[in-house]
Amino acid sequence: MGKGLIVSETVNEPHGEGAVDGEKRDFIFIATGAVAALGAASVAWPLVAQMGKAADTLAAGSIEIDLSAVEEGGQLKTLWRGKPVFVRHRTAEEIAQAENTDIANCPDPQTDAERLIPGPSGQVNPKYLVMIGVCTHFGCVPVGEAGDFDGWYCPCHGSHYDTSGRIRKGPAPKNMEIPPYEYLSDTVIKVG
Amino acid sequence: MKLTINKIALALSAFAVLASTSVFGVSYAAGAKSEYKMEHVHWHFNGPRGSYDRAAVQRGYQVYREICSACHALDYLSFRHLGDKGGPYYDKAYKNPNDNPYVKAFAADWTIKDIDSETGDVIERPGTPADKFPSIFDNDAAARASNGGALPPDLSVIVAARGGGADYVYNLLTAYGLDAPKDLKLTGGLYYNPVMEGGAIAMAPPLADELIEYAPIEVNDHGTIKTIPAPVATVEQMAKDVTEFLAWSADPKMEQRKSLGFATMIYLLILSVLLYFSYKAVWRDVEH
Amino acid sequence: MAGHPSTYEPQYAATRWLDQRLPVIRMGADFMTFPSPRNLNYWWTFGGILSLCLVSQIITGIILAMHYVPHVDMAFDSVQRIRRDVPFGWLLQPMHAVGASMFFLAVYVHMFRGLYYGSYKAPRELLWILGCVIYLVMMATAFLGYTLPWGQMSFWGATVITGFFGAVPVVGESLQQWLLGGYSVDNATLNRFFALHYLLPFVIAGVVGLHIWALHHVGQNNPIGVTPKTKTDTLAFHPFYTVKDAFALCIFLLIFAYFIFYQPDALGHSDNYIPADPLKTPAHIVPEWYFLPFYAILRAVPDKLAGILLMFAAIVVLFVLPWLDTSKVRSMRFRPVARPFFFVFIFFCFILGWCGAGNPDDVAVPIGKGLTFKVLSQISTAYYFAYFLIILPILGMTEKAKERPVSITKSVLGDHAAAPAE
Repeated sequence: MGKGLIVSETVNEPHGEGAVDGEKRDFIFIATGAVAALGAASVAWPLVAQMGKAADTLAAGSIEIDLSAVEEGGQLKTLWRGKPVFVRHRTAEEIAQAENTDIANCPDPQTDAERLIPGPSGQVNPKYLVMIGVCTHFGCVPVGEAGDFDGWYCPCHGSHYDTSGRIRKGPAPKNMEIPPYEYLSDTVIKVG
Repeated sequence: MKLTINKIALALSAFAVLASTSVFGVSYAAGAKSEYKMEHVHWHFNGPRGSYDRAAVQRGYQVYREICSACHALDYLSFRHLGDKGGPYYDKAYKNPNDNPYVKAFAADWTIKDIDSETGDVIERPGTPADKFPSIFDNDAAARASNGGALPPDLSVIVAARGGGADYVYNLLTAYGLDAPKDLKLTGGLYYNPVMEGGAIAMAPPLADELIEYAPIEVNDHGTIKTIPAPVATVEQMAKDVTEFLAWSADPKMEQRKSLGFATMIYLLILSVLLYFSYKAVWRDVEH
Repeated sequence: MAGHPSTYEPQYAATRWLDQRLPVIRMGADFMTFPSPRNLNYWWTFGGILSLCLVSQIITGIILAMHYVPHVDMAFDSVQRIRRDVPFGWLLQPMHAVGASMFFLAVYVHMFRGLYYGSYKAPRELLWILGCVIYLVMMATAFLGYTLPWGQMSFWGATVITGFFGAVPVVGESLQQWLLGGYSVDNATLNRFFALHYLLPFVIAGVVGLHIWALHHVGQNNPIGVTPKTKTDTLAFHPFYTVKDAFALCIFLLIFAYFIFYQPDALGHSDNYIPADPLKTPAHIVPEWYFLPFYAILRAVPDKLAGILLMFAAIVVLFVLPWLDTSKVRSMRFRPVARPFFFVFIFFCFILGWCGAGNPDDVAVPIGKGLTFKVLSQISTAYYFAYFLIILPILGMTEKAKERPVSITKSVLGDHAAAPAE
């Protein structure tokens, strides 16, 4: 940023005479400007980067959830990294609904199985749907067992999610996010 | 022709102003889809000169203490507030509410968890006027566990925190016992209450006729002691009293604010008139 | 400040000494004698009113900062403590909260006045743009400030608004988390919002300085939009306009005081008396009333990114307005065709505000199958942009303006006016 300023205005006068001399000077000024700009950028970086996530925020870590505590048709809501995580124990009806959806018409096509993570046996357990309970529109928390698709409904701007947490109608662009998690046993998962 | 267009446009703008201001009034009335009609109570604190009915606030405190306080906290209230200027037990003789005997007695009626400064043990001691109203539960999880998963909200700002204000709280307390609409599923532990958003409430009907007994109240009215006889503790009476108490608790400085407001408005009116005549005097010889 | 020749003569040795070194008294004196068009009406008093709003907000804000605690566990409680226990906190807190609304009320009147009387046209383009910058920084300040009480609306408002940045392609999520200082709105967010909310009013004050500087350089516009030509066209700012401004200001203060003392919560939302809860979104998130029209534009389109772009475009279009309006005639008084379009524009601005408060899928006007808020806001948004991008550019070329007075003096005095001495 500095070089234009320094060269054009203040230095124009003196190097009117010897052209060779002038070129040498130009080089020095450009080099000086470049080094100064580098310094300025190095100072600016910490000032900008300090706003990022602090170490303790990053270390918010992982949580373990016991799935057996969630009864059929019930939902557990817990906080992970400041965001709500939904664990839904789906009824047979809800699972059927989620699996028999023609995903070609979904704004963000995903099969129900793609939204589940295999357990220790290598098979997915369709009973438990684990996802981040945050609307992908503007981050509100959708309400369960509501909306046109019997899944979730976001009260903020009217997004409808189905029983697999897929966006079906409304302004949200994506399905509700699946957090990184793994099965520690058949009934215990570790999120994060 | 052009004039009429202008007039129509102006009329439309005026309509828009009205429509957009009225929306603030109506948007909160929505919620319960049932036929229930909110009763509008003529509160003593309504209007620009309205003040709290001391006797009602005092009775309301009794309702809170004997009924509501089993589950609900008053997070932003201390005992001393009861004896503050504008509070239900304010007494000119005790400028410092900590000395007010009523306040002292009420505070001592509660147990406060504390740490013994010698041993470091957790102890319980009677409250003092400087203490905050204690939380009933140690944390939200404990509160939910004791109340079937529902969290009893803090009551100290509840009147301000609900769209309908005092009317909402009064109606919520009195609207129990009606027949629920057929399409409303009331699962375990929920009660029908048309005032509650969605119609289902986790709070059991808190009031019943003559659940508590009121005592006559002595009020210091400009130097003369007046005795206000005890009313019968009907559901409506208790709901009114506790709402009056909670309205005070949400806005304890209302009386001070209104009285300063009155003086300020008078002052600004006088100043406006004087400024208007100054303006006329300055511009007297200038056509504009 | 250029604009008019200085008539200040230092009277004493001390003032002469000062005048040669730092002519501050001269600056003040020139300010007071600044020649202002003699026909300015009450719509022109809002500049002064706005100055007072800014000063009032800064003073009450600094006081509140002495008692407020920017921490997620204590923010809500500290506001309650201010209202209950801090001496006169019950007065100062509503002054600041209501003051924000009053500030916006005044700035909207000020802006509509500029739009009606063509105050953005040459040579006042930069004056207008500086005003738009002030408005933009005001909106940022108001949003940051609304987060501080840490009620439900504070929290979810902050979540929704910072969500805008998540819509930016590719870098959106990183940018959003950088702004928040975490994965979601949390303590780091509250803390930095407080720091920035304290900073921005001083930025506003700086730009206001430039705004007034530009105003004094080009001179005020006036209701007929005819540039002052002779001495009889203008009056000294003091006492003529100081007294007029003071009177209008006092009336404005009456409204201000009414809200502070009798309706301190009427302009806010009751949900903000519920402490922030990251697990529960309020049933109906609405911004403060002064953002409602933009909120309606945001929700008018179903696509997330398009909605955000449209909302920002609604503000950007104000910046380029001086070049969109092709008419040479400033005041709408002499634009018979544009004038009704302007009133319809105001009408739709209010309708947008109404839509912003409503639920998109609810029926707003029961015509036919029912006109929903969503459709109504789409119509209003279309008109909003059409006014700036189609109506004003075309009308400037086709409209036949009414005959304008030769001078301000002539328009004020009619035929009694002495012919301008030229």
